[in-house]
Amino acid sequence: MNKKQKKMLIRIVISAALMVGFHFLPFAGPLRFASYLIPYLVIGYDILLKAFKGIRNRQPFDESLLMSVATIGAMAIAVYEDGDYTEAIAVMLFYQIGEWFQSYAVGKSRRNISELMDIRPDYANIEKDGRLEQVDPDEVEIGSVIIVRPGEKVPIDGVITEGRSSLNTSALTGESLPRDAEEGDEIISGCINMTGVLKVKTTKEFGESTVSKILDLVENASSRKSKSEAFITKFARIYTPAVVYSAIALAILPPLVRMLGLGISAEWGTWIYRALTFLVISCPCALVISIPLSFFAGIGGASNAGVLVKGSNYLETLSQTRYVVFDKTGTLTQGVFEVNAVHHNEMEEEKLLEYAALAESASSHPISRSLQKAYGRETDRSRVTDIQEISGNGVTARVDGVEVAAGNSKLMERLGIDWIDCHHAGTIIHMAVNGEYAGHIVISDVEKPHAKEAVQSLKAAGVVKTAMLTGDSRKAAEHVAADLGLDEFHAELLPADKVSKVEELIAKKGDRGKLAFVGDGINDAPVLSRADIGIAMGAMGSDAAIEAADVVLMDDDPLKISKAIRISRKCLRIVYENIWFAIGIKLICLVLGAVGIANMWLAIFADVGVMIIAVLNAIRALFVKRL
Amino acid sequence: MKKSYKIDVDCANCANKMEQAAKDTAGVKDAVVNFMTLKMNVEFEEGQDAKAVMQEVRRNCKKVEDDCEIFL
Repeated sequence: MNKKQKKMLIRIVISAALMVGFHFLPFAGPLRFASYLIPYLVIGYDILLKAFKGIRNRQPFDESLLMSVATIGAMAIAVYEDGDYTEAIAVMLFYQIGEWFQSYAVGKSRRNISELMDIRPDYANIEKDGRLEQVDPDEVEIGSVIIVRPGEKVPIDGVITEGRSSLNTSALTGESLPRDAEEGDEIISGCINMTGVLKVKTTKEFGESTVSKILDLVENASSRKSKSEAFITKFARIYTPAVVYSAIALAILPPLVRMLGLGISAEWGTWIYRALTFLVISCPCALVISIPLSFFAGIGGASNAGVLVKGSNYLETLSQTRYVVFDKTGTLTQGVFEVNAVHHNEMEEEKLLEYAALAESASSHPISRSLQKAYGRETDRSRVTDIQEISGNGVTARVDGVEVAAGNSKLMERLGIDWIDCHHAGTIIHMAVNGEYAGHIVISDVEKPHAKEAVQSLKAAGVVKTAMLTGDSRKAAEHVAADLGLDEFHAELLPADKVSKVEELIAKKGDRGKLAFVGDGINDAPVLSRADIGIAMGAMGSDAAIEAADVVLMDDDPLKISKAIRISRKCLRIVYENIWFAIGIKLICLVLGAVGIANMWLAIFADVGVMIIAVLNAIRALFVKRL
Repeated sequence: MKKSYKIDVDCANCANKMEQAAKDTAGVKDAVVNFMTLKMNVEFEEGQDAKAVMQEVRRNCKKVEDDCEIFL
């Protein structure tokens, strides 16, 4: 609670106590009025003052003015009838309680969300004359060496020059598994160093570092307003004047009609009272506060889960996503080649792999590296002699004195060896040992561990169609698409083709549902910006991705896509709940008030109660852990 | 030119009013008030002096909402 809130709380308590206390005093007439005036002024003086200033500045539909008119009117009726003053005081009291609660709740969620995003480093350690000195990260120049001790946040992006440690990246990625880092590795600001002391040579200024960019992005995200927010702003602008005019009409027209038209008594008091209840309901606070609060909480919750959403508008679009188009390499697959299978082998798989790895041991080609990796042991180069690389074909060599040939079908034909074609997608290494065909090894890009699950969970989240675009061969694409259960794939595309393909898909899908493109942000920036919503993944440290996309997944787990969609759905559901709930209750109370069923108390509920419920509901958008 | 200012305001509706008041100020191309982060992002028209315009924005905001503050 800040000072303002404390002061208000004291005023609320005093005024409420006085109001209840005076109820038991046997005052009557002017004395009663005078005594009840005290709690009224205690709770409402600032509102009355504000209303007066509002009139002076010609802002007639200020809510303080409405509250003032409503309560002064209620007081006047009470004086006239020497009746119930508590109603007027209660209206003011509850209005203030509502305002107090709103300010408290908003302040609390502001703090909550900034705690969730508590990645801002306060200082950087620099070694000076053998001692550590804490300096403002802003003052550290590029190329300086900073020291990060266990438990501290990495303040600036850089490269580790000394030490090894595990890094907790959960604040950035939502991933709880620590990541190992050692000398020579790039390190990203915002991670928490867990075990060892690290010396880091900075490669960026603080303002350009990942942590600053992310904070900037999240803080400004809620400034990009969504359609629902724009709707509420417009609605609020119309709603208040409309209710005020109908209140005036309600106060004047029915009595006139009764008096002149029907010739019965006008009952001014009743109708003015009903008009005053209108004024109490006229504040659109519940809507105006809860909608931006929902988006703010939704964006905050999402960033805590490692999903950065660049604006409320994108959260809204994301929730309407029905079509998801993926880039293949780096998005659904790891972009790393791996031995997938060994076929038609006469000898043991391991033996064949050993021959292949040894024969290719001189090469540093990705294919050769994947063979070494599959072999799994150190390759002893002394066992290999007579290595001959035949460009575009493969390698022949002697391994342990045995003649080994490893390469494509051309190599086999060149050597006059019969080979068996493979029906698998990927790069095929045919092997011949001692001049005889010994089988082939299939090397292909591996799917990410969660890729299949990700596609399934997108379907479960209501995505109608999934598609994949790739520059890779048709065979490889077909294999991945079938394996992951994608509905559609387009292969052998140049980067420019991807844009036109996405445009084609957007045109084909019609207006309903939005199309999201998911890429790794490295060379698909144009596609990311062309899609209804661009999602970049594996963005830790990649400026290009953060720049180009609307939604940024901090790690490269494709499962996060459906999570992001579910977070946005929850947020939008809350937004619509609040819109319907608040407008609905207010309209019902207006009708009940007009026919005289609703009194001032119900009007207070329609104003303050609805606002409190809507705010509490809005805060729910923050909780996304179990989605 | 775009600039961001810290503001203080109590209610969300008042923030909307401030936004409108800022938008209507001469020399302001566009303005967005973010109630949740208590920030006002102002885009100025070409060749305008941000300081002078902001004084005017502040005055206009005070007119619609007495209880607000823009930290210039």
